[in-house]
Amino acid sequence: MLSIKNLTKIYGGKNKAVDDISLDIEQGEFIAFIGTSGSGKTTALRMINRMIEPTSGSIEIDGKDVMQMNPVELRRSIGYVIQQIGLLPHLTIKENIVLVPKLLKWSEERKDKKARELINLVDLPESYLDRYPNELSGGQQQRIGVIRALAAEQDIILMDEPFGALDPITRDTLQDLVKVLQKKLGKTFIFVTHDMDEAIKLADRIAILSNGQLIQFDTPDEILRNPANQFVRDFIGENRLIQDRPNMRTVEDAMIKPISVTADKSLSEVISIMRERRVDTIFVTRNDGTLLGYLDIEDINEGYRKGKDLVDIMHRDLFKIQIHDKLQDSVRTILKRNLRNIPVVDENNILLGLITRSNLVDIVYDSIWGETPAGVDEA
Amino acid sequence: MILGSLLSDLSAYYSDNFGYLMRLFFDHLLMSIYGVLFAAIVGIPLGILIARYGKLSGTVITLANIIQTVPALAMLAILMLGMGLGQNTVIFTVFLYALLPILKNTYSGIKSVDPNITDAGKAMGMTRNQVLRMIELPLSLSVIIGGLRIALVVAIGVVAIGSFIGAPTLSDIIIRGTNATDGTVFIIAGALPIALIAVIIDIALRIIERKLDPTVSDNDAPEDVQSVN
Repeated sequence: MLSIKNLTKIYGGKNKAVDDISLDIEQGEFIAFIGTSGSGKTTALRMINRMIEPTSGSIEIDGKDVMQMNPVELRRSIGYVIQQIGLLPHLTIKENIVLVPKLLKWSEERKDKKARELINLVDLPESYLDRYPNELSGGQQQRIGVIRALAAEQDIILMDEPFGALDPITRDTLQDLVKVLQKKLGKTFIFVTHDMDEAIKLADRIAILSNGQLIQFDTPDEILRNPANQFVRDFIGENRLIQDRPNMRTVEDAMIKPISVTADKSLSEVISIMRERRVDTIFVTRNDGTLLGYLDIEDINEGYRKGKDLVDIMHRDLFKIQIHDKLQDSVRTILKRNLRNIPVVDENNILLGLITRSNLVDIVYDSIWGETPAGVDEA
Repeated sequence: MILGSLLSDLSAYYSDNFGYLMRLFFDHLLMSIYGVLFAAIVGIPLGILIARYGKLSGTVITLANIIQTVPALAMLAILMLGMGLGQNTVIFTVFLYALLPILKNTYSGIKSVDPNITDAGKAMGMTRNQVLRMIELPLSLSVIIGGLRIALVVAIGVVAIGSFIGAPTLSDIIIRGTNATDGTVFIIAGALPIALIAVIIDIALRIIERKLDPTVSDNDAPEDVQSVN
């Protein structure tokens, strides 16, 4: 649906920022443009909505050449998210969200409905609609930045390093959110990044650019498995190529059997089970196996002295992963968030397994020394 | 003792000449406002223009700076040769002096808008005029008002000199005081309202300025982008 042919941008007669790039993007794909600074990735992105005019080559959206379209109307039909967020500080969140609909002269009711629909989509309360951008945190502002790009029902969303200015945990949450949104809405997302982790995590296909040229354009798996040349190999990094071996595995292969109790057990029963199995954390489930929360040995100690029930003291907010997730994605999250025990669940939230830091370590060792002689095992 | 008699003389003067004083007060104020208004009509669009087409900005601002360096009395005298005596010459002089602060603040106000925000606006499909109307002007409004405030305060001072070329201003009373023996009462009677107008305008516009600044919460003091004199 988006077809880029021989796209070139030359500055000052000789500096080729983008050099003869051709690629086709399907409806509903999540595409990453990745490269070092000066690789032309942002220039290539900005030519799609004609924020930069190409020197030569063509860009067609659904068969229509963008150069033949009115640039203002073109930009209104393409969502745009920037690293600096760029919310208008003098407008409320609601006015910011429906800025493009306002330019398109939608009715008040329609704008109102859209704003409420979108803010719910990114898990922010509707009361935020009347606030001003500086009353929100950076992560919240960028959520608004993302839904602002969706407000006029654009089919293509361009994002220029959208999460670059956020702290790692907020970035992680927003990446997940954007990925879910993209899948749910079926829109075409094209984003620029220099972070390979981000590209692998989000993109269906990755375009690797260097000095304005397209080096490789393929799925993350294919790029990791068959890097086109030494540049790509360096760019991915040796570490990731090692991590890549367990990448083919899913969480299911790596998980161990979790220790769990049902929620109707008393605390003393829980303690004896934990003691018997020699664990410091135990998961709590319903009778049908649905995961409810977890208990730490310290909580139990405290709760036992105060005579509380199991359901009162367990933690309900836990990070869990799906059984069919790729192991590599999970490893990264686990390491980043510094988690010790991660429950594995299926679609219905039934507890199936457990990943711990120690069995992650085993996997990493396996992948590095997988073929070493048995002598290592004895050590 | 001296102060006491001065105050009673002053109040006697004010009550005897109340009508005359009010007339001068409004003449003075109106000449200032007219001058600044004309300067705003020319200066604000010109400021927007030079902010957009950067090449012009150096020339235009230098020109306005040169005007500013001419002493007000000399300017009045030169213009008087061409325009004659009276209020119009004073208003035109005020116009010339008000131009720089208005022009410069409009220019720097628009220039100081975060380019990421205007870029985002453009990328969302705003036309150039929409970027100006919906982003640049609202975000620089407080700085532009700051320019008007400085211009008005300067104008009050310039108008005061206008008495020398026959315009009715509050300094008529001051001049009478300097010519008379023991004219302290007259001098103070004229100077007080002039100072009062300047201070009131300054305070009122500062409050408006702060209210309009979208980037500053009510607790922080706004920074002056430029000040003259």
